[in-house]
Amino acid sequence: MVEVSEQLIAGLKKKAVTLRKHIIRMTHNAQSGHPGGSMSACDIVTALYFHILRVDPSNPTWPDRDRFVLSKGHACPVWYAALAERGFFPVEELMTFRKLNSRLQGHPELGTTPGVENAAGAEGQGLSFSVGLALAARMDHKAWRTYCVLGDGEQDVGQTWEAAMAASKYGLDSLTAFIDRNGIQQEGRTEDIMPLEPLAEKWEAFNWHVLTIDGHDFRQILAAIEEAHRTRGRPTAVIARTVKGKGVSFMENKIKYHGAATSDDELKLALAELEAMEAAF
Amino acid sequence: MVVVGADTTESIKTIEFAKAFPDRLFQLGIAEPNMISVAAGLAAAGKIPFAATYSVFGSAHTYNVIRQNVAYTNLNVKIFCSHAGLTVGPDGATHQINEDIALMRGIPRMTVLVPADGPETAKCVDAAGAMKGPVYCRFSRTNVPTVTSAEDGFAIGKARVLRDGFDVTLIGCGIMVARCLEAAATLERERISARVINLSTVKPLDLATIDRAARETGGIVTAEEHTVVHGIGAAVASAIAANHPVPIAMVGVQDVFGESGEAEELLHKYGLTAEKIVEGAHDVLKRRDR
Repeated sequence: MVEVSEQLIAGLKKKAVTLRKHIIRMTHNAQSGHPGGSMSACDIVTALYFHILRVDPSNPTWPDRDRFVLSKGHACPVWYAALAERGFFPVEELMTFRKLNSRLQGHPELGTTPGVENAAGAEGQGLSFSVGLALAARMDHKAWRTYCVLGDGEQDVGQTWEAAMAASKYGLDSLTAFIDRNGIQQEGRTEDIMPLEPLAEKWEAFNWHVLTIDGHDFRQILAAIEEAHRTRGRPTAVIARTVKGKGVSFMENKIKYHGAATSDDELKLALAELEAMEAAF
Repeated sequence: MVVVGADTTESIKTIEFAKAFPDRLFQLGIAEPNMISVAAGLAAAGKIPFAATYSVFGSAHTYNVIRQNVAYTNLNVKIFCSHAGLTVGPDGATHQINEDIALMRGIPRMTVLVPADGPETAKCVDAAGAMKGPVYCRFSRTNVPTVTSAEDGFAIGKARVLRDGFDVTLIGCGIMVARCLEAAATLERERISARVINLSTVKPLDLATIDRAARETGGIVTAEEHTVVHGIGAAVASAIAANHPVPIAMVGVQDVFGESGEAEELLHKYGLTAEKIVEGAHDVLKRRDR
């Protein structure tokens, strides 16, 4: 086990609060977008962009960079926030999200936003795309790795399982998939819409190395990534138990905030909570 | 260059590529949406992937994956599909896709190719590999006579006049190009001079060659192994309507599904014959001279 310092964890926690504030502001400003699933994935994205990924903001298409693929494209506010904070484009640009002529489209567009690696919106395509990336890395004997974040709603999509089979067929151990298991999709609880459990067993049956973690605990996130790096011959699926809307009390576990922005009053409340959290560090 | 396949590599012969380059063909099973997205990922990392299977699976079954993961991303994916149209024959309507040109030409950034014969299909492979961006190329399983010559230059976006003529123009793609030439020979015996154009690039359309044909011959017959709804007939009709309207007749599948049968039987039953092209020419000339 690599020692994870208190300082590192504190820094990541603080960064995640910053990203959550961006998510709330961006979706409020747009009066649309998907804050709930952005906030559930926020700690995973923070850990990747601020500790794991070898990327170069000054050279977003550096061939040897690690690849981050967001399969659940509706959660792009967290991606844009992380990219801006990481220096891929100015933080001020976040307020153009979903506006006309913006580089920050309502769902990710490849080639427009510096640092964005895939187009997503129609669910269930990102893991297959990641399989293609990982196959290319292997062909070229490259060390870069591919990390894909999927929603749990995407476990409904047949193509996700097509990709799961292909990744294990080719033993793509440079591929790590995070399943943002927040338990809520657009119309309700995942277990009511289309039961997914036993989910870990499903991924195991597809011959993936499977880990189940608390997706808001940075120590567990980093340990899971480290274990994925050590795993040979199989891709790793990290089922990250998360809370939709995590970080703002009245948004947590609320189906409504899958695809609804905050009102003016809610914005103030949400930012006040997040700022109080920030001040506590 | 790499190839991705979907349990059809033997019948469409990509297995030959695997014999030469065993590490560069990825067999992904009966999972075409995954196949297309994997190709997109390979392209995003700098490979030139050819995704090859039967047309019905490589277009209709994967439409939204192509739209989002290939065209919207503008990635360098080449989708090459065999078994297009009625001539897949006894397999029946489930396999006879007559709508793929319509689907693919509607997608922004997509280049759509329909080669007329074997040598032109090879040229399409080379040209598609050499250009940057998404390509959809469809061809048929049935044997076709060679109508293009090795010396013919080939360029994506360029329609080729195979036979000159001044009374009417026959514009065909795929297996119907040979039938257009046959129809032109029949028309010649009737002292009707027919120009024949091989429209092997459906998109981007060669507007200049089509416009010239409309102006110089005054009437057009299109012929395609595809529905006349949004196929090459529709593409040509909207092009001439915008520039130089002339009477047009469309030979193709008339908004119906096919059925089991031998290729030639089906072409006859569904009106995809040289005779129907000749009839179309007569009809166009009658309407023009009215």
